[in-house]
Amino acid sequence: MLLSIRHLEKRYADHVALNDVSLEIPKGKIFGLLGPNGAGKTSLIRIITQITGPDAGEIYFDGERLRLAHVDQIGYLPEERGLYKKMKVGEQLLYLAQLKGMRKEEAISKLKEWFIRLDIKEWWNKPVDDLSKGMQQKTQFIATVVHEPKLLILDEPFSGFDPINANMLKDEILGIKERGTTVLFSTHRMDSVEELCDEIALINHAQVVLSGNKDEVQNRYKKNQFAIRFEGELGSIPGIEVVSTQPGHAILRFLEGLGTNEAIANIIQHVRLLEFKEVIPSFNDIFIQVVSETN
Amino acid sequence: MNKILLVIQREYVTRVLKKSFWISSLLAPVLITAIYAIPIWLAMKEKEQKQIAIFDPSHLLKSTDLQDKELVFTFTNIPEQAYKKQFAKAGYDAFVSIPVDVLANPKGVHIYSSKNIGLTLKESVERLIQNKVRQELMFKAGISEKIYEDTQVNIDSETITVSENGGETSSSSAGAMILAGIMGLILYVTLLLYGSQVMNGVIEEKSSRIIEVIISSVKPYQLMLGKIIGVGLVGLTQFVLWIVLTIGLTQVTGKLYASKTKAFTQMTQVEHGNATDDVAKAMQDSPMGEVTKVLESTNIPLILVAFLFYFFVGYLLYSSLFAAIGSAVESATEAQQFTFIVMIPIIVSFLMAQYTMQDPDSTIAFWASMIPFTSPINMMVRLPYGVPMWELALSMGLLVCGFLACSWISARIYRVGILMYGKKATWRELSKWLFYKG
Repeated sequence: MLLSIRHLEKRYADHVALNDVSLEIPKGKIFGLLGPNGAGKTSLIRIITQITGPDAGEIYFDGERLRLAHVDQIGYLPEERGLYKKMKVGEQLLYLAQLKGMRKEEAISKLKEWFIRLDIKEWWNKPVDDLSKGMQQKTQFIATVVHEPKLLILDEPFSGFDPINANMLKDEILGIKERGTTVLFSTHRMDSVEELCDEIALINHAQVVLSGNKDEVQNRYKKNQFAIRFEGELGSIPGIEVVSTQPGHAILRFLEGLGTNEAIANIIQHVRLLEFKEVIPSFNDIFIQVVSETN
Repeated sequence: MNKILLVIQREYVTRVLKKSFWISSLLAPVLITAIYAIPIWLAMKEKEQKQIAIFDPSHLLKSTDLQDKELVFTFTNIPEQAYKKQFAKAGYDAFVSIPVDVLANPKGVHIYSSKNIGLTLKESVERLIQNKVRQELMFKAGISEKIYEDTQVNIDSETITVSENGGETSSSSAGAMILAGIMGLILYVTLLLYGSQVMNGVIEEKSSRIIEVIISSVKPYQLMLGKIIGVGLVGLTQFVLWIVLTIGLTQVTGKLYASKTKAFTQMTQVEHGNATDDVAKAMQDSPMGEVTKVLESTNIPLILVAFLFYFFVGYLLYSSLFAAIGSAVESATEAQQFTFIVMIPIIVSFLMAQYTMQDPDSTIAFWASMIPFTSPINMMVRLPYGVPMWELALSMGLLVCGFLACSWISARIYRVGILMYGKKATWRELSKWLFYKG
């Protein structure tokens, strides 16, 4: 585990932000932190980045109790992100990299690599004021990853990105994971969760209401439903409930005790089966279901 | 620790590289040098001579009375009514008509001129006639010429400060007042100037939303302290530039004048025997001359060190409060409702300084120079007049304590404020932030 969060509590004057939150974030994986607005995601992230402290509970970073020195091994892209407008791109990134404990020469050479890689070589001496929003986002991303952190925390990284930059970002996140970095990824955009995440946790009302491996969570929320494509008249089939139907397509639910093979045997007595697929619940559905259950 | 240095470096370098910094650093010494140099330059400049015609049927004035460098008098016999239309054509700048009965009717003197004559010309003509009338009246009353000469005395006293152990130094209270005023004013302006620079820097970080990135690398108090120290060092740099450039410029202009004066003296010795005296007098009379006199009689290193101390610690105190305000708001306009609270003590101490300058040993002056908020300006105003060492030490100690208290309060508001968006800050809110847990 890169990050072990144990029984974290955080209270503000008028509300509880985190209530007994425990999470295990495995090394080298992309971990999706999901939840509606105000659920406590940002509070949790701010405690991990040591911007604020918890009221109770503890965090272990790579086996050690989390302490100040660890901030240099964390890269954090906040949801509300900005840059010094008057500074030049190069010197600004150099400053941010040095604040993360990099030596100057090392930071310059790493930054140059990133500038070449993202094809922005000519930006070094541009003032940030002159950059478009997309260009600023690239700059902010470099600032987050240049010191090669062990843990990368991205809070709503795709908000405000156009599709081209969003794709670039997705590729870079996957590339960073390949190189062994753990990514903690907070979002309420479920499509990106399905594409990127290995593990997820869902927070609602300051509590973890769902967590685990992505496939395992999806399996847990399977409703024993299957989608079929067929020719002929479906009619009524014993042990099978038709959830919805369109000409040539249907979604079926198998009743308790009926095996897949038996069910198929029953179906092909009525129609010619062209396609048979298990319905995997989308994270969007799971999200809505779990959040409304816990509200 | 290393990270604070990085923050200080950024705050310092980005500001020092700005054009506005260099403009203000260069402009102030040029202005001060001008204040010093212009009176001397004016004194050295060869004065334009004015031609004046005099109609004097009373025979009050003799040609020996009319020796003046700038005014050339010519007697005329054409009476007032006729000549007042002609004098300008005859090439005179002014025409003075003295009535026959001037001793009985001194108000009957008239000065005609084609253009508006300068105040100096009017005054010198008036003084000339007035002295002469007074002299004549005295002679008439039986006072001898000898007695009249003897009554012409001038008093130019020298003030001497006697220290407790009996040592004497000559001092100039006018000069001390000017020096005190200058230092008070500089502190007043710079405390406000650099304090609000810190505040605007904090607002910039918050409104541009870079703050959260930064404080995921450094602790909020490190960022606040780094910013305050960085801006403060910019201020100190500016002072050093001001002092060095002013001394340099005045030295250069002084040397320039000295070499000019030499040539000037040799050239004009015959006609203007006392030209160098004039320049020397102008040098002494110019405000900087007075200050130079005080500087000679006071402990310059002490004043300099105290000045830098009071600037820096006073600045630390106020700018930490300014930083707290900056953290609580999202724009400069929103900040206004809070800044006046911090500006009031600065303005009050500047107003008190006027009083302290008049009476530097009064009880009010004493307390004003002890209370941390008012002490920077008021102690610097008192210092040129001489202050016991224990008072200075106590005032400095109290200022340091004041700074520590203010920065503790400010740091607590700051760490909460920088992450608060959308919520309009109120005094109540700020006081609650003081007690938030980390």
